[in-house]
Amino acid sequence: MSQDATQVKSAKQVEVVSGITVRLAGDSGDGMQLLGTQLTNTSALLGNDVATFPDFPAEIRAPRGTRAGVSGFQVQFASHEVHTPGDTLDALIAMNPAALITNYEDLTPGGLLIVDEDSFADKDLRLANLQTDPLEEPWIENYRLVKIPITKLTRTAVADLGLSVKESDRCRNFFAMGLVYWLYGRSMDATQRFIKAKFAKLPMVQEANERALQAGWAFGETTELLGQSYQVESATLPPGKYRNIMGNQALAWGLMAAAKLSSKELFYGSYPITPASDILHELCKYKNFGVCTFQAEDEIAAICGAIGAAFGGAMAVTTSSGPGIALKGEAMGLAVMIELPMVIIDVQRGGPSTGLPTKTEQADLLQVLFGRNGEAPLPVIAASSPGDCFDTAIEAWRLAAALMTPVVVLSDGYIANGAEPWAIPDINNIEPIVIEHPSEGSTGDTFLPYARDENLARPWAIPGTKGLMHRVGGLEKQDGTGNVSYDAQNHQRMVNIRAQKVANAARMIPQQEVMGPEKGELLVLSWGGTKGACLTAVSRAQKQGRSVAHCHLRHLNPFPSNLGEILGNYDQVLIPELNSGQLRMLIRARFLVDAQGYNKVQGKPFGVGELLEKIESLTSAGKAGSLSRAAG
Amino acid sequence: MSTELPVLKANDFASDQDVRWCPGCGDYSILAQMKKMLPDLGLPLEQIVFVSGIGCSSRFPYYMNTYGMHSIHGRAPAVATGLRVARPDLKVFVITGDGDALSIGGNHFIHLLRRNVDVTLVLFNNRIYGLTKGQYSPTSPEGQITKSTPMGAVDHPLNPIRVALAAEATFIARSVDSQVQHLASTLYRAAMHRGTSVVEVYQNCNVFNDGAWDYAKEKAVRADNTLELENGKPLIFGKDRDKGIRLNGFKPEVVDLSSGISQDDLLFHDEKADPIYVQILAGMRYPDFPEPIGVFRDVENDVFEDQVRGQMATATEKKGVGDLNALFNSGDTWVVPETSAAR
Ligand code: SF4
Repeated sequence: MSQDATQVKSAKQVEVVSGITVRLAGDSGDGMQLLGTQLTNTSALLGNDVATFPDFPAEIRAPRGTRAGVSGFQVQFASHEVHTPGDTLDALIAMNPAALITNYEDLTPGGLLIVDEDSFADKDLRLANLQTDPLEEPWIENYRLVKIPITKLTRTAVADLGLSVKESDRCRNFFAMGLVYWLYGRSMDATQRFIKAKFAKLPMVQEANERALQAGWAFGETTELLGQSYQVESATLPPGKYRNIMGNQALAWGLMAAAKLSSKELFYGSYPITPASDILHELCKYKNFGVCTFQAEDEIAAICGAIGAAFGGAMAVTTSSGPGIALKGEAMGLAVMIELPMVIIDVQRGGPSTGLPTKTEQADLLQVLFGRNGEAPLPVIAASSPGDCFDTAIEAWRLAAALMTPVVVLSDGYIANGAEPWAIPDINNIEPIVIEHPSEGSTGDTFLPYARDENLARPWAIPGTKGLMHRVGGLEKQDGTGNVSYDAQNHQRMVNIRAQKVANAARMIPQQEVMGPEKGELLVLSWGGTKGACLTAVSRAQKQGRSVAHCHLRHLNPFPSNLGEILGNYDQVLIPELNSGQLRMLIRARFLVDAQGYNKVQGKPFGVGELLEKIESLTSAGKAGSLSRAAG
Repeated sequence: MSTELPVLKANDFASDQDVRWCPGCGDYSILAQMKKMLPDLGLPLEQIVFVSGIGCSSRFPYYMNTYGMHSIHGRAPAVATGLRVARPDLKVFVITGDGDALSIGGNHFIHLLRRNVDVTLVLFNNRIYGLTKGQYSPTSPEGQITKSTPMGAVDHPLNPIRVALAAEATFIARSVDSQVQHLASTLYRAAMHRGTSVVEVYQNCNVFNDGAWDYAKEKAVRADNTLELENGKPLIFGKDRDKGIRLNGFKPEVVDLSSGISQDDLLFHDEKADPIYVQILAGMRYPDFPEPIGVFRDVENDVFEDQVRGQMATATEKKGVGDLNALFNSGDTWVVPETSAAR
């Protein structure tokens, strides 16, 4: 399917704008996440660039109407490239008082505030812990408040279908959706298709939701409360075929692609944990792709199952979030010791302990690097956006197989649940991953399970291979033979070999690139999911003529070999992170660079504005006009 | 396979590594019986994998000239599960101990069994932590004085057979390290079972818990203190085979066969009987009862990896071999034409 065929045209005045940031907020039972996903898809299909930020409570059904139960979904869609879901909102749709009170502060002054006025009765205010009606507060004057009886209008729209009041009210979200579609000139086609498919077995519900959607659109068109709508033109994305993709989905697809590229079966061991579980849900759908999913009894069994499968010759993967990675630590050490390839994915969330399960954070970097006993290095790479998760998964397996080592992929809650347009690749155009298993005699007369190739990788001999019987285990190995050895010099040698092997990954990864001038006042160094915000902030500062460049790290262990050189080219280095300074600690220790941090752990991604402010405070204004050319 | 397999001997299964258990340890006998039994399976060396956890017994794979993995404490069942699912062509053994399987690895032990993964698990039960030099284990009797229980253990011990039964194990057996014939034949039957087979072996740790199983091992008393299970035969024991087990309600009782009680009054062993029967057998403990040795239970159930791979095959049959390009291009897509980029 290409562009939508039936654009719905409004007879009212239409204002063309370059981008819109809108947040849909309601009760976690109100279907806000579904709305957000639909708006994202629809906007992407219109050719907009899109970035999203779903934000929901950890409780599945937090008490209705309370602040704790508020679920939000923010979307930025634009006719230019966007890398973040937007700092401030152009519009907020609040389905109840709790949603209003917990979200209005992010709304731009003068921004559009749409509320369901039927949800502001005394009992609703009480549930939201409010003494007075916020719609009567003086601050409400700062916004363009539009009160719409969404509940009543929805009930009317579905009145003759014989639904209960409760069932009717469940369609409120589609009424709001229709209204938003009218407001921003979106076609309803994709959502209508979605409703048809999703409720195919419930014709009544299907009909009701369709009607609510239509009614919302029609209300926008006829009401005097909304004088005009907006239009956002297609973005100038590079030519090609696109689809929307979410981070966890992209990880799953990347893993499947990596298996295909290496002609391996994918063994995936996992234990459910937020926000990584969607990878399991996605992968278990594709059994006909040679994907074997194993929902283990715990995190430890999940990785140990993967280790067993890796020993057997499969492409082995385990995924989790911070708490689960902590449990896997000992087994990760075993994988390092027995030098079997596997991919370990950590979708980070707020910590420590159970922390903030549904909120994002980048505080597992030091855990995955060092959270094991002994000297147990392994390569670590981090995905920077939902679509980038696909490439990261493939690269992780490429490295793992080439070096016979577990490789950690870092993602985070923000990337995992976020969505963006993804240029659809052709699997046939991705470089294959060549893996060779030795056979009897292929490695000389005597088989040495811990012999080394030019990168120091050992041979991956798999059970069933005649003549290559060998034993691996967690005890220190004798160099070459792999037999148990407690020899002091041998231990030193093996620790060195394992470290050098991981360091050799630097030969296989690309040189670090910098966006902006090669030398200057400030380098902003970021990693993982903060790329979009950092890139946007640096671009804006560059447009102001500031001497600042952006360097985004994908490889956190080992670092790209030219990183030290890059760091030396700038007067200052700023490292923004959603933690208390973990990469900064590594960079300072490794390169003796006096890097500064911009650190935040509030369960939210960075805003562009705050980063720009920080950059402005560290650089001189409007210097060197020639530098602005480097932006882009 | 069309090529004929060479006939292997026990010695072919020995690796080049020196065995490093304490002299006199019961582990030697289990190793010897394993090597003696393996040729009967008719499998080449490379088709066999030994996976172990941590503990004295878990050094076992190093001594076998097969594939092997000495993994981490308690986790061998999980490693073996992944291996079997990925490679159902391999014969997989799990070597574990009372601490490894029932304490740190208790969770993996029960989940291996309830999934019925096709592996043979040999649990070396010496009722002590040997490798860490003598702390009490989850099978140490109450009151046992050890390095970590100077006033006696206060934990109630676990009964491995009961745990296995509770986890729906399809094959449960018990043997004794020094009963070499019995041990070899029990291991063979376990290895031939499809699904998880558990063999508890009474193993003497002569350094830290010497004599723990003397009642079941010593020639003079073992016939009175153990009862060899034979399928379809009445439960009879004793040096003179003059004692039997009869059921009184749900309780077993020892009866004297010379006192006019006939064999027909006794319990007859049935490896396929209801779990309640196995429960009764497992509850027979020294000194009140002779402890059964042999195969407690041998039933069939679906095997985990068959099911897992079966679903993969069914999905492939129904939908065809997955096509990644088709998947990537499924659902809502849109095209950004060449010209629009030039805008
Ligand atoms: S400590 Fe005990 S169990 Fe371990 S090897 Fe020595 S005798 Fe055997």
